Amino acid sequence: MSRLDLSQSRDALIDRNRPLSFTFDGRPYQGFAGDTLASALMANGVQLVGRSFKYHRPRGIFSAGSEEPNALVTLRSGARAEPNTRATMVELFDGLEAGSQNHVGGLKHDLMAVNDLAAPFLSAGFYYKTFMWPRAFWEKLYEPAIRRAAGLGKLSMQADPDSYDRGYLHPDLLVIGAGAAGLMAALTAARAGAEVVLADEDARMGGRLLAEGGLLDGAPATQWVAQVLDELAALPNVRLMPRTTVFGVYDHGIYGAVERVSDHLPTPGTRVRQTLWRITAKRAIMATGATERHIPFADNDRPGVLLSGSLRAYANRWGVTPQARATDPVLIFTNNDDGHRTAQSLLARGVPLAGVVDSRSGARSLGEYTTHAGAMVTGTKGRHGLRRVQIRTADGRDSWIPCGVLGVAGGWNPNVQLASHHRGRPVWDRERLTFLPGPDGPAGLIPAGAACGHGSTIAALADGRRAAQTALAQLDRTATAPALPQAEEEPSAIAALWHVPGKRRAWVDLQNDVTVKDIKLSHQENMRSVEHMKRWTTLGMATDQGKTSNVTALAVMAELTGNGIARTGTTVFRPPYTPVALSVLGGGDTGANFRPRRLTPTHHWAEANGATFVEVGQWMRAQWYAQSGETHWRQSVDREARAVRSAVGLCDVTTLGKIDVQGPDAATFLDRIYANTISTLKPGRVRYGLMLREDGFVYDDGTCACLGDGHYVVTTTTGNAGLVFQRMEFARQCLWPELDVTLISTTDAWAQIAVAGPKSRALLERVVDGVDLSNDAFPFMACAALTVCGGLPARLFRISFSGELAYELAVPARYGHALMERLMERGADLGVTPYGTEALAVLRIEKGHAAGAELNGQTTAAMLGLGRMVSAKKDAIGAVMSRREGLAGDSRRLVGLQPVDPAGKLPAGAHLFAEGVAQGLATDEGWITSACYSPHVESYIALGFLDRGDQRLGEVIRCANPLEGQDIPARVVPAHFVDPEGGRLRD
Amino acid sequence: MLIPHPLLGLRDAQEFTYLGDAALLNRPDPAAGEAAFADYVYLRDNPASVHRELWFHEQGDRSWLVVTRNTLTHEILGAELARDVKLGGTA
Repeated sequence: MSRLDLSQSRDALIDRNRPLSFTFDGRPYQGFAGDTLASALMANGVQLVGRSFKYHRPRGIFSAGSEEPNALVTLRSGARAEPNTRATMVELFDGLEAGSQNHVGGLKHDLMAVNDLAAPFLSAGFYYKTFMWPRAFWEKLYEPAIRRAAGLGKLSMQADPDSYDRGYLHPDLLVIGAGAAGLMAALTAARAGAEVVLADEDARMGGRLLAEGGLLDGAPATQWVAQVLDELAALPNVRLMPRTTVFGVYDHGIYGAVERVSDHLPTPGTRVRQTLWRITAKRAIMATGATERHIPFADNDRPGVLLSGSLRAYANRWGVTPQARATDPVLIFTNNDDGHRTAQSLLARGVPLAGVVDSRSGARSLGEYTTHAGAMVTGTKGRHGLRRVQIRTADGRDSWIPCGVLGVAGGWNPNVQLASHHRGRPVWDRERLTFLPGPDGPAGLIPAGAACGHGSTIAALADGRRAAQTALAQLDRTATAPALPQAEEEPSAIAALWHVPGKRRAWVDLQNDVTVKDIKLSHQENMRSVEHMKRWTTLGMATDQGKTSNVTALAVMAELTGNGIARTGTTVFRPPYTPVALSVLGGGDTGANFRPRRLTPTHHWAEANGATFVEVGQWMRAQWYAQSGETHWRQSVDREARAVRSAVGLCDVTTLGKIDVQGPDAATFLDRIYANTISTLKPGRVRYGLMLREDGFVYDDGTCACLGDGHYVVTTTTGNAGLVFQRMEFARQCLWPELDVTLISTTDAWAQIAVAGPKSRALLERVVDGVDLSNDAFPFMACAALTVCGGLPARLFRISFSGELAYELAVPARYGHALMERLMERGADLGVTPYGTEALAVLRIEKGHAAGAELNGQTTAAMLGLGRMVSAKKDAIGAVMSRREGLAGDSRRLVGLQPVDPAGKLPAGAHLFAEGVAQGLATDEGWITSACYSPHVESYIALGFLDRGDQRLGEVIRCANPLEGQDIPARVVPAHFVDPEGGRLRD
Repeated sequence: MLIPHPLLGLRDAQEFTYLGDAALLNRPDPAAGEAAFADYVYLRDNPASVHRELWFHEQGDRSWLVVTRNTLTHEILGAELARDVKLGGTA
């Protein structure tokens, strides 16, 4: 056990009265509330927690924060199993299950550890060099084998049972990080009355103030943190967001953040698991602190070797040290004063100290411990946990020091990532030996505290206050400066030491197993740019994005090139700062919530009447209505289609787009929108209209009804309703703003029901209020505003998609359901039948009416047989380009097709060929757009585009579908299988 | 991104749909012929700097805007109603 006893760690931020049970690799352990999984494992003497990515080397906890490269575990089990979770960021809860990753057999006796013996063959770029040949092996052999051997945790492969949310915030000031600088910045801005959001990735706010064990105003710093947080929490203009990682900076002051709402609980219960926040801030302060770097030396990756500042954090915040046995002494290896602060902290808590190895020749102890000045660590022993450390003293002698833990202090790297998200380049500070945020970072983002090199407590507090005042001044607000608490001076002298030279492997990137040797090799192989080195070695490309390795690797590279670090440059940082689950980026937009679902006014009626639904865009439309005894959808569809041809059918066509066009110039405007002329349309009449794209192809079709002078209703296809409206607004605002016309979409305002069939007039006469519907009074293509059912305002259009006598009746949307019921009731003796989109399609194919498959953006008016509709007497969108060479010359025409064998099927999508030719691209003469079984014709029928089809009626051609080996003879017929003269719809 | 809508103030870019080069305002006279239309329909400049472009406030007031944006920095230098631009005769 390495939990410090109570007398040594009374101030630790754990609650010893709340013990929590958890398991790791199936073994039960105990920790306390306030522990992370990492601190709880340490308290139980667990050093070995995982295996490395490539060589399967035994690894232990390396850090105390989100930079952790080694301690990746799989949390929970079943569908909630989450791989690659950093043990350092996991809050302990009762019943937590965690497991180690990337081993075959047990963690301690991983069979894949043989990879380490093959290390000479697994050097930098080995993927590129080794698996070149033969090419056929890439996907079948090499990749699966590599994926099995190297890797991280495994997905559960089950659906995520949790829910996620999305939120939006618009503060004046976003403060990122709640350490000394962040707290002081938030306090300064909050007292000035600004709207402040303070976000921190930790569950507990305070940053390094919780880890240092120092004093502020003569009391433990944690007291000052608590006071400030109490004050902030009580202010209405402040929002505190612990467990919230700001992961990216986006354009114009927009920040992405993930709040881990319930990850610290066994299950989220009724809450969401995580929330994705989109924070639009007028200004932001980047108080993201700094991450300690290590110093690579031979065999520096053993469990028990960790960052010195993290060691200090574990001792001060959690009251734990990472030895396997509490009596094992701790050694520190440092190139700067900060390593000695760890020694002081450990001594103060009674931890046995083996001394400090300080590479600086003039280094002195800051307490009662041995300092080996001018010495370096040159090797380690201990397969599953550190046992001994070899040092070379200033006079060149080697000796072995027994110890159970080695803390490494190589200096601190400011967390500049967010400031670099807009390709901002960090700049090298020769004095501090760190990269600082550059001047070209995201606009409105102000670095503060350790994140811009002001790492001591005093400096960070002052800099946080300064940053808040700067931000508020930019927003034309003044902030009075709160008094700074008294803090101790912290020495921070450092001398460069980037790695300890030697022959054995010294790890730089622990997570991706990249050593100093690998960087040297990549340099020898001419990878001279940082970006090339990174990709050749995979350094910094693991889930930790090289937080503990990037700068060290650059320094090693700079040493090799002799160019210096400033000129070697850095790699580009991109979001996210730490890994973000795809589920939360989806923000709950999964399954039924993936997109809005639009229901027609008769949806619930259709549901109650046996409808099967189909998604059409966002709409749910009734596809057919099965009746008892019908066992196949075709039976329902055939019955519905026959009912329309013989009696009367009802179909909800609300989903067709409806655009109300009004104004003195409405007719002129519509003449320019439609290829055909609208301005000659009289009130009370409807005209079929064809829209082209400006490139001359057909865009959409529908009807245009004139309800009065300067008042039109345009209908569009269901799929294009939004786009046609957008395009008409474009024409109105961007092309012809001088025209006095207004548009509004009324698709959702009117429920519209098609009433089709020879008995449709008889049915409508029973609901329409006193309007003569006789053929003379209300002929084909008539329309009227009238009332139905005793006073309900309605619009009636005599238009037909089926080819039968037919109408469309529109009522305000909320009456759609009632109208459907009324029509069904009044038409019972007429054989009224509801029909769905399948029967609708059968009816329109039988009639040869074009729909989506024929208007696919690759067809011209002439191909549809509508060439004469494109008026040459006026300008309209697409008119000029429709006449261009090539397009106008397309000789394919819409035709009908019938299989020569009456029992044969015709597949939509089949390509058309003349009999007897070798089938190929060169002989391709067209394709089938739509096909169905026609109960009217009593065989399969199809529509398609065939080269010179209008001149080839009666010819037998081939419908080829090589995907399924089909080659079906079919006869070319006119594209009207019912009533080619159109008598039915006119009588 | 945020777009400074001339009537509604700063609005999130998620409310808009993008069309492209504001040169689309300059539809040729129908008498200008096919070549002029081919240029209008198919050819666009792709400047690595200041770009005037059309955005549609689809989830808002349905205004078409001419937004001036620096394609290198995403800085937005201004936004006008396309209608005003067209009536003012410059695009």
